Amino acid sequence: MAMTARQRARVSLYVQAGIFVVAIAALILATDWKTMATNVFNFGKIGPMFPDIFLVGLKNTLIYTFLGFVVGLSGGLLLALMKLSSFPLYRWIATGYIEFFRGIPALLVFIAFGYGVPLAFGVQWNVTIIVMISLGIVASAYIAETLRAGLQAVPKGQLEAARSLGMPQWRAMVTIVIPQAFKIVLPPLTNEVILLTKDSSLIYVLGLTASQYELTKFGRDGISSLGAGLTPLLVAGAFYLVVTIPLSLLARKFESRSARTKR
Amino acid sequence: MNDVVPTTTVHAAGVDISDLRKSYGSNEVLKGISLNVKPGEVVCLIGPSGSGKSTLLRCVNLLEQPNQGSIHVGGFEATDPDVDIDKMRRKVGMVFQQFNLFPHLNALRNCSIAQTKVLKRSQAEADKVSLHNLERVGLGHLADRFPDQLSGGQQQRVAIARALSMNPELMLFDEPTSALDPETVGDVLSVMRNLAKEGMTMLVVTHEMAFAREVADRVVFMDGGVVVEEGVAEQVIGSPAQPRTKEFLRRVLDPTHINIED
Repeated sequence: MAMTARQRARVSLYVQAGIFVVAIAALILATDWKTMATNVFNFGKIGPMFPDIFLVGLKNTLIYTFLGFVVGLSGGLLLALMKLSSFPLYRWIATGYIEFFRGIPALLVFIAFGYGVPLAFGVQWNVTIIVMISLGIVASAYIAETLRAGLQAVPKGQLEAARSLGMPQWRAMVTIVIPQAFKIVLPPLTNEVILLTKDSSLIYVLGLTASQYELTKFGRDGISSLGAGLTPLLVAGAFYLVVTIPLSLLARKFESRSARTKR
Repeated sequence: MNDVVPTTTVHAAGVDISDLRKSYGSNEVLKGISLNVKPGEVVCLIGPSGSGKSTLLRCVNLLEQPNQGSIHVGGFEATDPDVDIDKMRRKVGMVFQQFNLFPHLNALRNCSIAQTKVLKRSQAEADKVSLHNLERVGLGHLADRFPDQLSGGQQQRVAIARALSMNPELMLFDEPTSALDPETVGDVLSVMRNLAKEGMTMLVVTHEMAFAREVADRVVFMDGGVVVEEGVAEQVIGSPAQPRTKEFLRRVLDPTHINIED
């Protein structure tokens, strides 16, 4: 008997769900749960990680991310304005910078500032400064492109109206264009913060003292000291989610708000 | 009543345009325009799209940079490379086809922002002037509304109030009613009519022939980047002398006329 389109759609849905269930079951059956219990889900042994992973690790991750974001936002705004400048040299510099730092792994930037700068200039910077600059430099390249898109999304008539009222170019940008651009880029900018939160883990390549440890470093240290296998990394990962999931929800909220109204 | 509120007093400025030329690449859109607007005079620019009338208007406050010729506005020579553009623009109000209200500010702030940032008025004084001008365009009761809460006609009236709040000596209107729903056009035109009565110098690009005929002291018909015909409104619109003017008016005034070539 021939099926109606609706019946066919329903059967197709059941088949898809069936494949999914079978795949999960296969994965569960193939897993060596005994080894997993001692090496991945060994939560009985992670006690010593607390409260430091929370009080030091999470705190440092947040501080590094915040500092990187502040530098990245200021640098990104400068680069975005340079990229939109009528003066070609500014555009070339900004384009070169953005392409370079978006094109290389952030890890290389951390190594360059952590080990290259002391070699070149004979100065040893504080770890916080190195993170701030390394993260900030990488972030500014990404944020610059986001902000440029936001600035260009503000209709040209806004600048014309502001200039017609006698505002100089800089005043029109600061009072009229940039506030509107920021509202447009709020969701993508929040996503940049999520990326930065995760990139702050790259600090592990530097030599750190205990008070400078952030989440990933706590996780890696726990692997060697606690005898619980990879479990400490699982804990560190959970802490990242505690930060990134609310940010993600925030970005979605910004998105729906800007979709509802242009304000 | 208007005398007690200093912001309503109009100090009108004139405009003197001579042999103005403007090209985009090899495309010359203004081919030597000369036009004089006396203080307090209302001049309507009419003509087909692409005739250069909007470009001419935008040259007056230097939103477009002319290539040749001179423009004098009030005490300023706009075409002087050393002119203080921002100072000059304070005297020249501009109203756009697309309103260009600032969407992140309410109607009152739209009117007050340039007063506080450019004229350095106090917030209280700027708000007072803004509210006065919003009342002037009939929207005092909607001062706290944001642009997206206003109809097109209301937005355009806020835009006019915003321009007036800078105490301009000349108002430029670039097709102010072309983006409006038909039923809101009348409100905007009546605000402009009142402004003309108060003695404001106005240069208006428009397709509203009835308005031009009634309000304009003079009408200028442009086509292909030149002034084809100009004169008192009644004469240019009522009994045009040039064939191109006649043809244009026949098309815009006769709603049943359909031109197959278009």
